[in-house]
Formats: sequence, C-alpha cells, structure tokens
Amino acid sequence: MSATPAVSRREFLKTSGAGAGSLVLALHFSTLAPSEAALAAPASEFVPNAFVKIAADGAITVIIGKSEMGQGIYTSLPMILAEELDADWTRVRCEFAPVDPAYNHTVFGIQMTGGSTSVWSSFEQLRKAGAVARAMLVQAAADGWGVSAAACRTEKSFVIHDATGRRAAYGELAAKAAAGKPPAQVSLKDPRDFRLIGKSVHRLDTPAKCNGTATYSIDVNRPGMLVAVVARPPVFGGKAKSFDATAAKSIRGVKDVVEIPRGIAVLADGYWTACRGRDALKIDWDEGPLAGYSTEKQRAEFAAMAKTAGAVARKEGDVTAALSSASKILEAEYELPYLAHATMEPMNCVAEVRAESCEVWTGSQLQTLDRISAAQAAGLKPEQVQLHTTFLGGGFGRRAVPDCHMVVEAVQVSKAARAPVKLIWTREDDMRGGYYRPSFFHSLAGGLDEAGNVIAWKQTVVGQSIMAGTPFEPMMVRNGVDGTSVEGAADTPYLIPNLYVDLHSPKLPVPVLWWRSVGHSQTAFVVESFFDELAHAAGKDPYELRRTLLAKAPRHLRVLELAAEKAGWGSPLPAGRGRGIAVHESFESFVAYVAEVSVTPQGELTIHRMVCAVDCGPVVNPDTIEAQIEGAVIFGLTAALRGEITLANGRVVQSNFHDYPMLRIYECPQQIEVHIVPSTEKQGGVGEPGVPCAAPAVANAIFAATGKRIRRLPIRAQDLRSA
Amino acid sequence: MLTLVVNGKRSSIDVDPDMPLLWVLREHLGLTGTKYGCGMAQCGACTVHLDGEAVRSCVTPVSRAAGKNVTTIEGLSADLSHPLQRAWTEIDVPQCGYCQSGQLMAAAVLLRENPHPSDADIDDGMAGNICRCGTYPRIRRAIHRAAALMAEGKSR
Repeated sequence: MSATPAVSRREFLKTSGAGAGSLVLALHFSTLAPSEAALAAPASEFVPNAFVKIAADGAITVIIGKSEMGQGIYTSLPMILAEELDADWTRVRCEFAPVDPAYNHTVFGIQMTGGSTSVWSSFEQLRKAGAVARAMLVQAAADGWGVSAAACRTEKSFVIHDATGRRAAYGELAAKAAAGKPPAQVSLKDPRDFRLIGKSVHRLDTPAKCNGTATYSIDVNRPGMLVAVVARPPVFGGKAKSFDATAAKSIRGVKDVVEIPRGIAVLADGYWTACRGRDALKIDWDEGPLAGYSTEKQRAEFAAMAKTAGAVARKEGDVTAALSSASKILEAEYELPYLAHATMEPMNCVAEVRAESCEVWTGSQLQTLDRISAAQAAGLKPEQVQLHTTFLGGGFGRRAVPDCHMVVEAVQVSKAARAPVKLIWTREDDMRGGYYRPSFFHSLAGGLDEAGNVIAWKQTVVGQSIMAGTPFEPMMVRNGVDGTSVEGAADTPYLIPNLYVDLHSPKLPVPVLWWRSVGHSQTAFVVESFFDELAHAAGKDPYELRRTLLAKAPRHLRVLELAAEKAGWGSPLPAGRGRGIAVHESFESFVAYVAEVSVTPQGELTIHRMVCAVDCGPVVNPDTIEAQIEGAVIFGLTAALRGEITLANGRVVQSNFHDYPMLRIYECPQQIEVHIVPSTEKQGGVGEPGVPCAAPAVANAIFAATGKRIRRLPIRAQDLRSA
Repeated sequence: MLTLVVNGKRSSIDVDPDMPLLWVLREHLGLTGTKYGCGMAQCGACTVHLDGEAVRSCVTPVSRAAGKNVTTIEGLSADLSHPLQRAWTEIDVPQCGYCQSGQLMAAAVLLRENPHPSDADIDDGMAGNICRCGTYPRIRRAIHRAAALMAEGKSR
C-alpha cells in the first residue's frame, strides 16, 4: 500500500479539473465558444469558433492558444484541426491567439503551454473545432445544391457531391457558412481515415525562421520605445539600500533611472547605452540572508538533512526490515546541481502602459497569469491589458514563471518612465537571475537477497520545492511532498517489494523553477544509475534485470526492448567501448535510450551512438517527434556533461556561455537514432520526455566502459581519468 | 556620422563608434533577424558577414564596419532561394529558431570556402554557433544538402 503517494501530474490534472480553490481554477470548458476577436471578424470570413477562420480566398488560419518555443505545436496543432476540416494543407497558416478564456488549457484551466501537454490536451478540442467547421461548410454547399449534406464529402478544401459531380471550394462557401448555425453534434473521423495526422509535415514556422522574419519579443519595437536593463541584487534575497544615478544619467542616450521593487532600472535610447548606464550606477546593496552562502555549504546542509527522516513520498512493504535481512546492501549518494535554462533568447519583455490600457509583448508560456500580473503592476483590470504572444527563443519552462517577474518588471518600468519599454536581461542577468532547476542530493540504500533479487530500495531526496509559494502549491504539495521533487522516483514502476522514498524540501531564497522535464531531470539519473549499480552488484545484466522488474509495465518494456534490439544490446563492441541503458516514463510518454561510449585514459569521453525508443501514443507529426528527441538528447547531455550553476560568497559564479557551456556541434553524439513505437495507447507529451534518460544512459555506458560510477553531475574529466 | 552599406543599401548613422554593430543593425536599421545571445562572441547568434567574412556583430564596433559591406540574414535572400535556406527548409532544421540566422550566416561562409565539407569540416566551421534546442544533427545534414544543391546548380 502506498502510505502517502506523491501527487502525480495526472492527479494534479484531475484535481485542477475538479476545481479545488486557487488561481488555476478559473476553469473554462466552453471550449468551442468564439473568442472576442473571432466575433469581430468581417462578414466574408467564416469564423465558426475560436480556433479557425476561413477567408473568401480559401486561406485557412488556425488560431492556437499555445506558444511555440521550438516544440512544433505551431504545426502539429493546425494539423489536428485541418485533419477534421479536410483542409488543403497548403492553404493553412497559424496565428497565436490573444489571451481569452476560449484558449484556456483544457485541463489546467488557464491559458498556458507546459508539461508536454499541448497535443494531447488539445487533440479532441481541435478535432471538434475542425469537424464543426467542416459540417457547416458541407451544409452550406448542400443547401445551395438542394442535396442532402450526408450525400456530400470533403477533400482538400472542397465540398464534393459525387452524384452530380458538383464541387465547391471552402472559400466560395465561407460567407454562406458564416450565416449558418453550428451543428449540435459532430462525428469525428475514425483514426484509420486520417490523411494528415501521423504523416511528417513541414513545419509552418520554418520559412520565417530561415530568413530572419520570425518575431520574438526581443524584436518588437514601438514608437518612442526605450530600452531598459535592471541592476538586481548580487545575492538572491538582497535589496538596494541606496543608489546614486548621477554618473549614469550623464551618459548621452540614458533617459531615465527608476527604482522598482526588484532593482534599479536604467532606460536609454538603446540596449548598449542602457548597459553602460547601468555600469555607471553606484549602488549600496543589502545582501540579505544568503550573504556568504556557497555551494559547499549547501552540499553539507543537504547531506546532513539526508540522514534524517523526511516527508514520506512512497512506502511499500517494510524497507528497514528488508535491508536488515538483505545479504548484500549497497549505499550511495547522488548529487545534481542547479541548472539555468539558458534559452538562446535572453529574457525580455516589451510593455506599453497608458492611462487606461496596457499592451505587453512577450514570449509567454503562462498568458493568463502574465496578464493578471501585468494588470496588477499597471493598476488596471486584466481586460485592459492586451498581451501579445510572440515566438519564444527557447522556453524549457523559463517563460512559465508563477510570479510573472519578467512581465511585472517591464510593466513597472514602463509605468514609472511613462514610455513604452523593452526590458532586456543581458545574458549575464539571465544566467545569474535564478529560476533554476533546483540542486538535489539523494541518499540511497538498496538490498539484494542471496539470489540477487532486489528486495529493498530506500531513497531520501533533498532539494528545494518548485511549487512552494506559488499558486500551484495547494494542489501540488501534499503532506509535505512536492510531487515534482520526487516524480520519477516515488512512482517507479520497478517491482521492488520494499520501497521507501522520502523528501526534504529546504527553503532557500534561490528562485527555482521547472526546467525541461522538471523532477524527472534529476530523478531519472539517480534511479536509473542506482538501478544499474544494483544489477551489477547482483551479477545480472542491467537490461535483463530491468525487463524482469518491469514485467507489469508493458509500455516501459516495449521501449526498453526496442532500444536494446536496435542498439544490438549484448553484441560485441570494439575494445574500450561500453553500452549503457536507461528507461523512464515522464509526461505520460515512455522512453528508453542505449548509449555507446568510449573514454580515453585522459578522461576524454566520446559518445558514439545514442539509440532512442519512444512511445508517446498516437503520433501527429513524426518528424517533430524525431526532432524533439534529438534535441532532448543534446539538452540532457549538455546538463550531464557541462551544466552547473554554483554559488560562492552568496553570488552565482557562472555568467555566460564561457563558464556555463552548451554542447557544441562537435561535441554532440556522432549518431542519434530515434525509433517511434507505433501506438494506439493514450497520447503523452514529447517536448520533455526525451531529456531524463540521456544522463543515466551515458553514465551507465561509462561504467560499462571503464568501471567508473558517476554519482555526481556534471560528469567531470577527472572522474573519468584512469587512476 | 558613419556610413554603412548593409545588404547593398547605404545608410548614414549618428552613433557612438564603439557601439557594437549588432545594436546598430537591430535598433537603428530595424534588421532584427540578427540576434543577441551573449554579447561576448560565445554563441554566434549575431553572426553577420563583413566583406564576406563571418564576424560576431555583438563584439564588432560599428566603426569597424564603416565603408565595408555588411550582409545580414535579411541579405542572404529574402525569398529563401539561397541553397542553405532551401536545405534548411527541406530538412526543417529550426526548432525555436533564435540561433538559426547566425547558423545560416556561419554556414554560408563555410560553404563558400569549402563547397564539399566533410562532417569534420562542418564541426570545425560551425563550432562557434550554439543551438540550445540541439538542432546540430540537422544542421550537419542541411549543410551537406546545401552543398549538393550548390553543386547541382553549377553543373546545370
């Protein structure tokens, strides 16, 4: 029996769907209601609902409430609607929605993009939206021809009546369809009849991203706009005691200096001048409670905490008794650092506060909250704030910030300066600005019986809670357990009779945030590495032991077996090479990787091959899935091999890509193969699930190649050198 | 006053000569296809051509560009007809897309100097450009594809 199960994402979905009290509760299930913008459409346009408009010339615009940060929904969401509409795909374009309840997440109840949910959570909604539009076009044609709608079919933006050979283009029918009434019910296609869904389609955003015309918020310009940069405290939790802006204001082009709650903003006629102005500020900082704090201090604190009992996240059987009866006990400590998202587009936001209104341009992953927060900062009502979603130059969670600080700062500065403002975080601001993946410390003990069976698993997790202090806390923190701290560990599918996972969530002023794959980004490394340790200790093949203990997890098993088969698990390798395997479920998708590596005596690691198997349920755009997995492998490996934010003297040590490096083209695996499992199971996500397995697959391969066990990320050359 | 020739168009600009070319392009000439990523020549998002050579415009004082020909992504070709853009769209290289202007501008110089690059040549030539989304495998494929397209174009 699970004593205190951690709240899983699925439960969170259920809970928020049930509407238990907080911000997420502005629930809106009127999914097909037209938006205000749609209602204002010209009469020649057919706008059956909030998600699609069809012009007289046949152009079809799909309006999406989700944000495009690279994950491909700018294409896959229109595909879903176009499928049921039987649209001519070459005439389909995509548009970002305004903030409107019509675009609220069908499960989370607010307008947002995250949790690798966009496709599955929009699937039925967009299919229905397309089907309704199609039915109305068919009715318009049938009425005009005096035939029954049932006798008509549709294909590539035409309604066709085969018996009489008549055809009418959707564009011709638009005005007439617009005057019709939406049907009370529509039937959806049998998935076997899909013509678009399941086929690789070119991304709709590719052309604009190859000629410089794609607009990110950093590219937005407004008449009379000033550029602002903000001097923020050098230590998290600090604040300005006093400042002198005389020198800054004397620089040509510096227009104003204003204090906002989070720091001192310098406004200028351009970015470079604003930065020079900021450099010239003289500020006396109160460094606050973290003054003098360091990563070493944190490590000691976390390690000490791991020796004490935490909040119980999972309890099966009696782990204490099982460990005391075990014939072999393995103990290990694993550590993972803070990580910055380091999106290529540094944080920025454009705000224009006027007396009775406000406009905001931002690459947001959390429009509803961003708009509410902008309104509060501007002293206006949310309806008075127009928030424009732009392309995101990377998201990975960084642009879904519950405190909406990026938007709030821009609005505060615009209001104070009485001018449109583009507030830009320099790369250094971005790297040192917090909102990191929390650092984690894990203490583990595993027990084997005489036959080498895994009979006990005890895991104590220490790391800051992402949800604590956010509007999501009431739902996501249960009995002291933030489900996102232990997801991927507390819900392990391995059949281990005595299992115990507990959690400490120390409170610190270092801001933490979800980072692509959230808790799984750390738990999968620990669980899959320690599992490998147990397999080796038991004298068993790590792949075979996984198969045995996943006997009741068919989707895990399927990807595990597929990855092993494609990688030739067990077949001979050249001398010095090793293979490692890892399998993990996250965001309701199942992923297994086999890594093939070699290590030189100097500790130089080469990743020759990554074989990836993924089951994310029915697929919309296979090429996007391949791209997401390829990218996620590299994202995961960047963290495993390079990523580390550390603190010294209270300050973040890293500042830019020279000391927080990204994997470069010559460092990425020589071969990444993606194998998609054909699946009719429930759809899962694809943006995040490719990340968790990368680190443990490689770490396990390093062990196979060298006998060196990696228990701390990032992997350092000195950990790999021959003694 | 400084005179700049950007994508074949001449402009006179009154700015501090130390201002990086990047900000002149983005804020004074409205050419926002060139991106700010790091400000210290680490990421390559700001790559443009100065008399045909790839430079990091975030650390290039605008005075250095005076009197030279500057080419930005907008000048590579607006209609996506450049072989690299054709290959990029065919293979759907971009994800978030933010680094891709810089990737394309770096790749253009690589291909001009080496019309048939090996994987190793590509790794060398593209080492200065970071992609956080991890589109590197596709960048490699697309550069090979562009090389093939260019060869076809010449043999015609």
